[in-house]
Amino acid sequence: MHTHTKSNIESDVRSTAPSISLEQVSFSYPGEQIFHSLNFTVKGGQWTCLIGPSGCGKSTLLRLISGTLHEGLSGNIRFGDGEGRRRPTAWMAQKDLLLPWLNVVDNVCLGARLRNEMSGQKRLRAISLLKDAGLGDYVNALPSALSGGMRQRVALLRTLMEERSVILMDEPFSALDVLTRLKLQDLAARLVEGATVLMVTHDPLEALRLGHRIYVMTGRPATLSDPLVPPGAPPRNAGDPAIISMQAILIDRLENREIL
Amino acid sequence: MNFVRPMVILFGLIAIWQTIVLTSGVPAYILPGPIKVAEAAMSHIGPLLDNTVTTVVEIIAGLFIGTFWGALNALVMIAFRPLKRWLLPVLVISQAIPVFALAPLLVLWLGYGMSSKIAMTVLIIFFPVTAAFYDGLRSTEPEWLELAQVMNAKPMAVIRHIRIPSALPAFASGLRVATAVAPIGAIVGEWVGSSKGLGFYMLYTNARMQIDVMFAALALLCIVALTLYFIVDRVMIKLVFWQKEKNEKEESNR
Repeated sequence: MHTHTKSNIESDVRSTAPSISLEQVSFSYPGEQIFHSLNFTVKGGQWTCLIGPSGCGKSTLLRLISGTLHEGLSGNIRFGDGEGRRRPTAWMAQKDLLLPWLNVVDNVCLGARLRNEMSGQKRLRAISLLKDAGLGDYVNALPSALSGGMRQRVALLRTLMEERSVILMDEPFSALDVLTRLKLQDLAARLVEGATVLMVTHDPLEALRLGHRIYVMTGRPATLSDPLVPPGAPPRNAGDPAIISMQAILIDRLENREIL
Repeated sequence: MNFVRPMVILFGLIAIWQTIVLTSGVPAYILPGPIKVAEAAMSHIGPLLDNTVTTVVEIIAGLFIGTFWGALNALVMIAFRPLKRWLLPVLVISQAIPVFALAPLLVLWLGYGMSSKIAMTVLIIFFPVTAAFYDGLRSTEPEWLELAQVMNAKPMAVIRHIRIPSALPAFASGLRVATAVAPIGAIVGEWVGSSKGLGFYMLYTNARMQIDVMFAALALLCIVALTLYFIVDRVMIKLVFWQKEKNEKEESNR
């Protein structure tokens, strides 16, 4: 497992990554209210996990924060102290969303291409990221030549290339097998350190390994539980007894809430 | 391997043709046998090839121009949404008029030469290309577009880097259809009024009861159409190279 030497310092120093504040957020789909006056703050520079049953509105919340969904939204979503001109968010989904006609390095640089900001320097940075993530041999390969785990690694690097301080993740590792998932979680924890991360997941263990804070989302309109704060710095060892016992608590919470 | 099957089909069809001629005893001025046609092709090779060149030029020019305008039209409709509402009805109306009915008009306006045949071909090709490409451009994976939106992508860059490449497979199938129907445009144009081309030569030989030569012209037209289709198919496979790799993978998994 990866050990964290920086984590103690990190927790003392106030991170520069902004918090996300939701104030009185309401949102409905036709005929169905998903959120009603929701207040929620995601701490800056930390990894926050959102866990809950399918269809409870977790992904909707991410889309509202990312700005891809805004019709029918009322209330305020702020990053840090004020409203920046541009949302500081990057997006990572369950599907890798790699473009099959672009090779790996061009996929990593997709954001820069789409903003017409592509440069040789960006390309070099992408290549060094790929090497660091163990994909140095696949720089010029097409995505179809990669395994599912490798593709998702490329998607993670594409997210990092955006150099945004807020990263939104929608079940990014759920389609992978267990071992690949654990490895990718470690890599993600190492690479995004210092950024504000909000991750939606179905997997209690994943939340407990990666989250500084874990919220359970349930009900309609959806509400959030008090945060669960697992001990120690992520990524935590899956075999840690404290984690295993907390997993039981978390599953309990999920189950109880679902009955309500 | 790849050539065995088409060859078997080709010779099979020729064999059936010869059998029908031999067993039914149809006179040669109704249905000449393949050997007679081959002989006629040899003895009239000069004018046959001469007229083939004309038709091929018409088809290829029509294909290029029609594909260009068809693709451009689809792009304009996707890039400037409000224009779509004006262009789409025009497109549909243009297809409601049978293109064949326009052939005499085109000859009247553009003359006996190649341009009326090219215009005819363009009219026939235009619609399948536009429809297929527009459909492809419209049905881009929504999650790609969402990702691009979070990346603050420029709208034109999204069209260039995401929408167009992802529409290329649809465009390719549209162009395949267009290639298959393109000869119709050229031939119909020639029938209505011309003094050159395979369509003209078929009418000419028909009127002089040189049915075997007419069949030779028809065979040449088939060869031209098949060759053209084969070339376009190859180019399209190269164009959507990422799908080719996917296909090969699926093939080898079987």
